[in-house]
Amino acid sequence: MALAIILIIDAIIMPGFFEIRIVEGRLFGNVIDILYRAVPTALIALGMAIVIGSRGIDLSVGSIVAICGAVIAWRINAGDPHLLVFFYALLAGVICGMWNGMLVAGLGIQPIIATLILMVAGRGIGLLINSLYGGINPSFESELLQGMSTGSVLYIPTRLFAAAAVFFGLWLLIRRTALGLFIEAVGGNAAASALAGVNSRLITFAAYVVCGFTAAFAGVIMTADTHTSDPVSIAMFSELDAILAVVIGGASLSGGRIYLGMTVIGALVIQALTTSILISGLPPEYNLIIKALVVLFVLFLQSENARATFGLMFKRDVK
Amino acid sequence: MKGICKSFPGVVALDDVDLTLRPGEVHALLGENGAGKSTLVKVLTGAISRDRGDIILDGTPVEFSTTAEAANLGISTVFQEVNLVSAMSVTKNLALASQTGRFGVISWKKARQDAREKLKRLDLDIDLEQPVGTFSVAIQQLIAIASALNDNTKVLVLDEPTASLDAQETRALFDIVRELKSRGIAVVFITHFLEQVFEISDRISVLRNGQLVGTKPIDDISRGELISMMIGKELGEVESAFSRREGKEPGAEIVRAEGLGRRRTLQPCDISLHKGEVVGLAGLLGSGRTELTKLIFGAIKNDSGTMTVNGKQQLPNTPRKSINTGIALCPEDRKTEGLVGELTIRENIVLSMQAKKGWLRKVPFKEQQKLAAEMIKAMDIATPDAEKQVRQLSGGNQQKVVLARALASKPDVMLLDEPTRGIDVGAHAEIIVLIRKLCEEGLALLVASSEINEIVAVADRVVILRDRSKVGELVGQDVTRDAIIETIAGEDVADS
Repeated sequence: MALAIILIIDAIIMPGFFEIRIVEGRLFGNVIDILYRAVPTALIALGMAIVIGSRGIDLSVGSIVAICGAVIAWRINAGDPHLLVFFYALLAGVICGMWNGMLVAGLGIQPIIATLILMVAGRGIGLLINSLYGGINPSFESELLQGMSTGSVLYIPTRLFAAAAVFFGLWLLIRRTALGLFIEAVGGNAAASALAGVNSRLITFAAYVVCGFTAAFAGVIMTADTHTSDPVSIAMFSELDAILAVVIGGASLSGGRIYLGMTVIGALVIQALTTSILISGLPPEYNLIIKALVVLFVLFLQSENARATFGLMFKRDVK
Repeated sequence: MKGICKSFPGVVALDDVDLTLRPGEVHALLGENGAGKSTLVKVLTGAISRDRGDIILDGTPVEFSTTAEAANLGISTVFQEVNLVSAMSVTKNLALASQTGRFGVISWKKARQDAREKLKRLDLDIDLEQPVGTFSVAIQQLIAIASALNDNTKVLVLDEPTASLDAQETRALFDIVRELKSRGIAVVFITHFLEQVFEISDRISVLRNGQLVGTKPIDDISRGELISMMIGKELGEVESAFSRREGKEPGAEIVRAEGLGRRRTLQPCDISLHKGEVVGLAGLLGSGRTELTKLIFGAIKNDSGTMTVNGKQQLPNTPRKSINTGIALCPEDRKTEGLVGELTIRENIVLSMQAKKGWLRKVPFKEQQKLAAEMIKAMDIATPDAEKQVRQLSGGNQQKVVLARALASKPDVMLLDEPTRGIDVGAHAEIIVLIRKLCEEGLALLVASSEINEIVAVADRVVILRDRSKVGELVGQDVTRDAIIETIAGEDVADS
């Protein structure tokens, strides 16, 4: 259902794109541009989809990105091999995820509060690392990381390969093992799952760790894009975009379902909107408002109440 | 009500149903799940509109489109789930139902006065400022009734009012129902407990598949006849399902618990479960039935006693460990502890078995489908396919999914807590038959139930609990309804 709606919306948006692109003579530019820019949001949203599936939420993903940025600048300027720095960054994200998972699954704090702690503290931690090891917004040069973020292989941006790899890896993890079923079961009804023999706490913990990992991956790509660590403004509001992408993808915040593919489409819808508004020549001030309206429209179509009302109107028309 | 019809897309929920209510009678409305009871009541109380038919109140046809309008005309309802805001005080809850005040401003003085009057009607003397959630479910039920009644109430509908009450609370509720009856109010009583029907009602109406099967005075009908009216099967068939069956010798001991208990939860008690034997667990609500099953399963941690499974020490216990050693639990509350409503039938059935295998060794999709299809067939779960969400199933079918999930983990021991609560008579009989079949296949079963008839029907041995401790055990021919009731009541009976 949600897929159909989003495809319709895409279909409405895409022809506009298409014409403009031909006029400007850039045949594939816009589509690639949308994919390219959607990568960080999509990566964060994938992890978010898993956490939301467990009936949780992770507000700290933007801060995890900031921490990763600071770790990258610090370690590269300290002279570590760049591949190792890449793993350090991912490790930092995993540790952040473990922290969140411990608060939620271990101490039983409500997810929105538990992750709020790191959301607030994370950017401070990033600034602290910067001020201890590099000063204000330290920049760095790394062929490997920048290549991964802004380079291209076979005319296709490298980050698309990276994102596809993460997507595929997650899909294997969620659908080829029973982890997905367990997360959805815990998200749907934690008490029942525990009595059915599922280790609810460990499963919840794992969901946050995965989310930390994908946020860190997004952090590597975003930081390498600007090759600067800027904990204050990097990935601002990215948690909200990610949650939105998951919801557009058809998942409910009350947990129980994970839609990885639809989440990516959700992230693409958000980016497509932003890009199309920019290209259509509307003043950028309208961007946020139009985005909000379109999101409202999508969610309206997904709402069961609205559908029931529409169904009724339709029935009356037939009569 | 005359000739009421109501269709939903694809289903005729009510087909030309007549129902007559007389002042000062308790009228029990019976039928299996999906028979149309709730739809009829919702039409009667204005919660949904009818397609055809008339509602005639005191000789004049009436029209209303909301429950509030119906209540003003004198038809009030107390729905199954208590509709109170548990964190708000009694006064505020009662004020929610009928707001008094001027210019949209509530006068709390008046509200308190009203509340006191309303509760006085039921002789209920409670602190009006306490949050509703701090009272027992029984009191909450009475508050809900108080809130539904007003000065000109002529018809009061009680939908499953006793579902979560114990025997004593039920008696108190029935006293009030009789009191209302003597004031000339017609009470419509919906329940799954047939004993209560015979205890309180004057006449009964039975619905089946949206049609009225019949209305009869309660004195003209036997329990067996009533059930056969409800499920549309022959009397003999019905009676055999609910009659006692003589047991045989039990097999080897599987679970042995000695002094298993936990402070403030259950006094230490001994219990052993044997292969091919059904042990009944009887006692009043709150006597510790659920606690004992959960202690054995490890869902509640014990702080005393020892337990062995197949001769091996197994404590401390956890649900995971229990499942791995072949113990499965079907919890009492399907909605909150039994099933994951959002997941499909297939996923719910596979869950326990998958948990036993661990997350890395996923059961292949084909195998899952096969297993689900087998279970649906074996249990006769009414569903078009295995991919339906569990929350869309009826209570009886949900219970079968819970059983299927437990069975899929290939247990040696099944702990069933209230396996037939809140499900209709047809499914009830099927589950009893299933319990017997599992027993014959060599499983050890523990069946905790508040329905003594059910325990008498299935159990080879009965363990009786009172006030969170074990007070007796009956074996073989000693298992009778009277013996169980006597043991549950204990010295109380001796005194009176």
